[in-house]
Amino acid sequence: MGISTADVQAWMSDYADVIAEHREELVALDTAIGDGDHGTNMNRGMQAVVERLGGGGFDDIGALLKAVGMTLVSKVGGAAGPLYGTLFLQMGTALNGKAEAGLDEWADALEAGVAGVQKRGRAEPGDKTMVDALLPAVQALRDAQSDGASLADALARSEEAAREGMLATTPMEARKGRASYLGPRSVGHQDPGATSSHLLLQTARARLS
Amino acid sequence: MKKLINDPEAVVREALEGVEAAHGDHVRVIHEPAVIVRADAPVQGKVGIISGGGSGHEPMHGGFVGVGMLDAACPGEVFTSPTPDQMLEATKAVNGGAGVLHIVKNYTGDVLNFEMAADLAQGEGIEVQSVVINDDVAVQDSLYTAGRRGVGVTVLAEKICGAAAEEGQSLAQVADLCRKVNAQGRSMGMALTPCTTPAAGKPSFELAEDEMEIGIGIHGEPGRYREKLVPADQVVDRLATAVVEDLPFSSGDRVLAFVNGMGGTPLIELYIVYRALNRFLSERGITIERNLIGNYITSLEMAGCSISLVKLDDELTRLWDAPVNTPGLRWG
Repeated sequence: MGISTADVQAWMSDYADVIAEHREELVALDTAIGDGDHGTNMNRGMQAVVERLGGGGFDDIGALLKAVGMTLVSKVGGAAGPLYGTLFLQMGTALNGKAEAGLDEWADALEAGVAGVQKRGRAEPGDKTMVDALLPAVQALRDAQSDGASLADALARSEEAAREGMLATTPMEARKGRASYLGPRSVGHQDPGATSSHLLLQTARARLS
Repeated sequence: MKKLINDPEAVVREALEGVEAAHGDHVRVIHEPAVIVRADAPVQGKVGIISGGGSGHEPMHGGFVGVGMLDAACPGEVFTSPTPDQMLEATKAVNGGAGVLHIVKNYTGDVLNFEMAADLAQGEGIEVQSVVINDDVAVQDSLYTAGRRGVGVTVLAEKICGAAAEEGQSLAQVADLCRKVNAQGRSMGMALTPCTTPAAGKPSFELAEDEMEIGIGIHGEPGRYREKLVPADQVVDRLATAVVEDLPFSSGDRVLAFVNGMGGTPLIELYIVYRALNRFLSERGITIERNLIGNYITSLEMAGCSISLVKLDDELTRLWDAPVNTPGLRWG
């Protein structure tokens, strides 16, 4: 069983709920090392995504994810808007015309999305950003592919890799975004962008497998 | 949180409606997506200048839309970058055929959103140049950070570039001028109290009654260090020393000196700061040729100030003196 357009729409709806639930936690993480708006901005963006997708009428996963990306670009602001917007726009481009995706297509799409995020934000692994959760998730999908794992197993492994990547941001010193102004004082705090990225993959595991 | 608001979610929209009601002679307000545009835009043959950023820094940027300064401003949510669709709308609204300059403060969100907007505008055939302002000397190490923040010099660059565009300079010339003002300008700020965004409802950091933060950012980002409060003259000594040594400004230089209030500090205190700055600079043989004193790039209700200096030459002085007619800055 692959991932259908309806599955992806449900995933986005779940993610909006999860972001709303974790809004205060994300605000608290961002207040510690940023400007405290990450939870508020992501919540505003995902609520707009739910509204945008509510009408339905998406023929394929690509079109749906591109609509998600454009909505986030125009509604989120901050750094998260263009970064999450780019993630979904690039995933959407990779899944253009596809009404169903298997593990191969999904891994290609996530890889393209994360590459877009890295290009837009010029972030490298270890900079204490969302890339630190996303890149290990892509690698886990690739490893699962070569092991011949099932889609469900691959999604589980990518979620676990994202969780480890998120936890690994705590001891890092930020080198990108507003947290970088803190220098050594950013050490000891979990990155809010890596946290919202882990939630995205956690929701994918629950909904898409 | 104790604020004169109706609804934390509606702060930016309701403030824009107030601007629209008050300043219809200078600007028109587009609400979806939110843009403040000069009333007579686009001015044919003139370079359009837009800026934007999170709200909460008023009068910057919306208060500087008008003849001789900005053609449009994009207000984001409080302390949150505006979005590319706003910037694209603004760019289209002010394009009089001579291209559009984007003046961007160096914050990751602002830079990323303006980059996306510039890509989109160029895709629609509008020539765009972007200049990133990064004048805050409080951020010392820029190799492993997002770089120096854009603060007070932004206001001065918007005024000077606005005058150059008004007298018919080309996009390349106005962009070069903007880079020059940024290269010759330095700033540093300090806070006596934190501020509270309406969405967060509580202060973004804590400062004890007898403490101050030297090198504060305009969103309450931590500065270089925190220490016990000292008299105004010594505060100015710390800020001005950091600013002067960084460029460096030296004996014989003529400068534009900008003493800016963070929003919660009264003018009477800003004049005490200016008095000290004037003494500090004259002791070092630096001449204040022009000055600006007041609340122009604020941080909500934060108490504190920033000091900016820009090295002047005849061209910059002439452009600074040129007429400007905006809700927030007006002379000539």
